[in-house]
Amino acid sequence: MSIIETQNLKLVYGADTPFEKTAVDDVSFKIEEGDFVGVIGHTGSGKSTLVQMLNGLIKPTQGKVLLNGIDIWKEPKKIRKIRFKVGMVFQYPEYQLFEETVAKDIAFGPKNMGLNDEEIKQRVTGAARFVGLNNELLLKSPFDLSGGEKRRAAIAGVIAMDPDVLILDEPTAGLDPNGRDVLLAEIAQYHKTRKNTVLLVSHSMEDIAKTADKILVMNKSHMVMLDTTQNVFSKGEQLTKMGLKIPQITQIMMNIKNTGYPVSSGVLTVEQALKQLLPLLTNEKNIKQKRGSK
Amino acid sequence: MISDIAIGQFFPGKSPVHRLDPRMKVLLLIGYIVFIFITFNYFALGLMALSVLAIVLMTKIPVKMYVKGLKAIIFIVLFTSVLNLFYGTGTPLWQWGFLKITLAGINNAIFISIRIVSLILISCVLTFTTSPTDLTDALERLMKPLNFFHIKVHEIAMMMTIALRFVPTLLEETDKIMNAQKARGADMETGNLLTRVKALIPVLIPLFVSAFRRAYDLAVAMECRCYQGGGGRTRMKTLHMGKTDVMAVVFTLLLLTGVILCNTLLPATIR
Repeated sequence: MSIIETQNLKLVYGADTPFEKTAVDDVSFKIEEGDFVGVIGHTGSGKSTLVQMLNGLIKPTQGKVLLNGIDIWKEPKKIRKIRFKVGMVFQYPEYQLFEETVAKDIAFGPKNMGLNDEEIKQRVTGAARFVGLNNELLLKSPFDLSGGEKRRAAIAGVIAMDPDVLILDEPTAGLDPNGRDVLLAEIAQYHKTRKNTVLLVSHSMEDIAKTADKILVMNKSHMVMLDTTQNVFSKGEQLTKMGLKIPQITQIMMNIKNTGYPVSSGVLTVEQALKQLLPLLTNEKNIKQKRGSK
Repeated sequence: MISDIAIGQFFPGKSPVHRLDPRMKVLLLIGYIVFIFITFNYFALGLMALSVLAIVLMTKIPVKMYVKGLKAIIFIVLFTSVLNLFYGTGTPLWQWGFLKITLAGINNAIFISIRIVSLILISCVLTFTTSPTDLTDALERLMKPLNFFHIKVHEIAMMMTIALRFVPTLLEETDKIMNAQKARGADMETGNLLTRVKALIPVLIPLFVSAFRRAYDLAVAMECRCYQGGGGRTRMKTLHMGKTDVMAVVFTLLLLTGVILCNTLLPATIR
């Protein structure tokens, strides 16, 4: 059984006003347990709205969201329980920090779950370790942290609830390149250790290529693709039409392939590209040397 | 969503009412409010109510929106009309203890309700058809004479513009923060008053922090562009009176004549 399934999901904002807008239209998909899914799409394509429907923050106008096969809106009063199972990290989550200390802020979610103090403490230290916050920082006020540290603290606040599905809406936006890489590596590590399902919404194709196994593509309120990362990124032309790009290295390798060299089209990282290009180069050298010796 | 509040919302459009000069609209609104209050019989009031309805229809904004605006004040209308119902003088039609209903009371109640409803509708026309910036622009112009008394009209107008400008932004921000805290299991819908107030803390603290941050950023951005208050500033958009404005004035004057004629020629229903 899929962990998350949607059936003909539709959401209309501001119905019956001049500002009426369909943000998500007829979206149906299945996500299996343990998947790491990247969600991409142009600005305003409905990605953020879509993921907010998955944990019951927005009620769909039409259609259903099934978590482990059960409609999440079946009992609207128990929607909070769904939110503990489907953790959601918003864009710029550092603006949600409010407690006196970082530790207390991370404990906000677990406390709302009604866990006992011992358990809460464990969750807080565990979550802090995942995002690389040391014990000294835990006792500081969240407003005294640096931008990157605040971001980690906020993400830890969601991880501390130990959700079965973790949704991150552009977690690396506004971070410096090093901060991005470290945070992404931490998320990937988290996914590997906990073996839970992760949805990563991002504008950075490089980030997605590095981490995701599957990609969900949104365009103009509709879902256009849900496939493995390699398959999606091998459809470069189609993505370009939607105002999206494929990772630079994938594009480069595709161009090399088009000029007639035997490389594969679904290359996602620089490391993979290196593996394919090095033997080619040595081959080329050998051929030249042979010609020279003749 | 919180942004469902109808009062004070602006609906862009191209109707003649939209095209009116905002200064004219503010003046006409004041005129209409006065006219509505100087009506003393049903004919005069009916004339006003009908023309208000005509203007409402002319804006081409769905009537639903106006109904939404009225919903917010339905309690006030009921409250005042019930009070008026029991305050009439004359021979009682019905009496129970100190409560008595007279014909004058009924008339008063109906009159007051129609007055308030027309008042709200015509005010809605102004805010629905005028963008907040146009509105404060108009107010700044109209209040200019106050400069004579050393009142800083420009500064007041600028504050109003900024406040209005940030209402939707802060609403959106509140929505976002509420969602973020709800995602962490914050419960804002159940519990008694005290627990609900407490549940707002995780929303209010980040909201204040971000409001101050925004205010600071805005101040810096304004200073970077050498903003120094109103002295010597020119305008990008200057306001012009046009044909529609003249027609609006003529229509309003005709209406005023009608109201005065009704008032003087026909007996007054209320005093």
